[in-house]
Amino acid sequence: MQAMVYRGPYRIRVEEKDVPAIEHPNDAIVRVRLAAICGSDLHLYHGMMPDTRIGHTFGHEFVGVVHEVGSSVQNLRVGDRVMVPFNIFCGSCFFCARGLYANCHNVNPNATAVGAIYGYSHTTGGYDGGQAEYVRVPFADVGPSVIPDWLGDEDAVLLTDAGPTGYFGAQLGGIVEGDVVVVFGAGPVGLFAARSAWLMGAGRVIVVDHLQYRLDLARSFAFAETLNFVEVDDVVLELKRLTDWLGADVAIDAVGAEADGNLLQHITAAKLKLQGGSPIALNWAIDGVRKGGTVSVLGAYGPTPSLVKFGDALNKGLTIRGNQCPVKRQWPRLLDHVKNGYLRPSDIVTHRFPLEHIAEAYHTFSAKLDGIVKPLVTVSGA
Amino acid sequence: MPYTKDKPSLPETSEQLRARIPGWGADLDPADRPSGSRERFDPGATGAHWDVPQQQPQRLPRERSIEHGRLTPVFGTAQPLHGPSGAVRRYAYRRFSEGRLAHWLLLVLGDRMETAEARMRSYVSRRPDNPLAETGLIGEFRSHGLRSRAGRVDRRHQLLDLVVVAGPTLLRIGIVTLLVRRVVRAVVKVARSTPDPSRPLSRGDSR
Repeated sequence: MQAMVYRGPYRIRVEEKDVPAIEHPNDAIVRVRLAAICGSDLHLYHGMMPDTRIGHTFGHEFVGVVHEVGSSVQNLRVGDRVMVPFNIFCGSCFFCARGLYANCHNVNPNATAVGAIYGYSHTTGGYDGGQAEYVRVPFADVGPSVIPDWLGDEDAVLLTDAGPTGYFGAQLGGIVEGDVVVVFGAGPVGLFAARSAWLMGAGRVIVVDHLQYRLDLARSFAFAETLNFVEVDDVVLELKRLTDWLGADVAIDAVGAEADGNLLQHITAAKLKLQGGSPIALNWAIDGVRKGGTVSVLGAYGPTPSLVKFGDALNKGLTIRGNQCPVKRQWPRLLDHVKNGYLRPSDIVTHRFPLEHIAEAYHTFSAKLDGIVKPLVTVSGA
Repeated sequence: MPYTKDKPSLPETSEQLRARIPGWGADLDPADRPSGSRERFDPGATGAHWDVPQQQPQRLPRERSIEHGRLTPVFGTAQPLHGPSGAVRRYAYRRFSEGRLAHWLLLVLGDRMETAEARMRSYVSRRPDNPLAETGLIGEFRSHGLRSRAGRVDRRHQLLDLVVVAGPTLLRIGIVTLLVRRVVRAVVKVARSTPDPSRPLSRGDSR
């Protein structure tokens, strides 16, 4: 089969690989119909995630058709069209039993600090991902769901990570009616977080970024006010000015490890890899939220330390919440929202690349060229 | 403006927002949100029909974090450890917990070593690395590289990408060039200093 493979930082190509095999009785093999590139895939692509091995196939956002099932699989059949959450989880451990599907203890031997994710290095378990023609899906009775007939592949693939993660981030903010919510980052997750904040009754939503074309989408897709941080001298000061000098009630960091806006932080983290991430957006969130407010962290950071302004967080009495999203917990409600017309995830898709052109797709996404927001990867064998 | 006990007024009322934004307030009750409470004990909701998952067979030695008491029942089998980089990674897993910075720095070192190993192997493989294709630079032309970057604050950061991407390759080329030059010079020097046995001795020569 054809699969995207990592060849070192900033280098990928398509190679022939063996079709994955059933390795556990509850495995399924899924033939991928459509995959997406996530902003967090860029952290791998840039060599930021420890233990990213040469030959690894990325891709934790994909939908496909069940090609083969293991002997103990009961809930799926060959031929089912399925969406697969980015989390791999067993459904039976201490954490899964409590709904913390992203923190499963039974699937990632390489680390206890993070659960397992498809195609996201060996630090998250060493599973090849879905930017390929076929992918191994462990715990097939637990993770994947059959896609309802009324839902298209492009909407479904956006519900495997970006959509639920944004929705989850708004929940972590504990938004109550009339709250002022500021979202850092107008990428796919930030856009979904901003849109979701309204579902939870926000009174104002402000999206911060430096890419004007993304801020334009924040206005049209997420109905948000926007703030281009390049146009102001001090983004925190501007946020205070916009919120009657109190600060926002809730701040959501939807940027993560490779934030721009501070050259020293960016170089030491994103380029020299001396920090687990460049916490510029996180520090802006801490300083831009009001005292007693909540900071929700969705942006991905690596496992090494980062220069976070924790003193300000302490002195302001903030609540800081974060996690990888337990995707499947969000699906029933999100499907309702899509069906009711409150949300159409595929509205943020801007580019579609065939798998053979995936190196170009990664470069275009990484360099933010051509107004790219969300690239999809089409698999010709599907 | 005075600082008062009241929350600042909003530009729009809830009714106006509900009329303007599809679905506004659909999840108004925090307790009714899917992740409204962080933990929700409901083991029957997952679809798992086992108490303890069956163990996946281990066909090759599998590294694991020493913070785990056992090998997890299911694990990825992609890209098993190999070569010198594999030895470094294996040591990082065996010796240091995830709480130690050395664990992660050794894994990063393993990543860089494996990249170098892969480059070397590629030069003697049937499919050597093609930096132009693998970096997707064609996107610069098809996706309006220059125009897309106009006026952006991250331009200076993206210049650093060039150093990160091309730097190691240029460094390798430089080192190989220096080594080759040194070897060639040494060979030439030896050749010049060695008398030609076929040449007849002239006056003053000695053997």
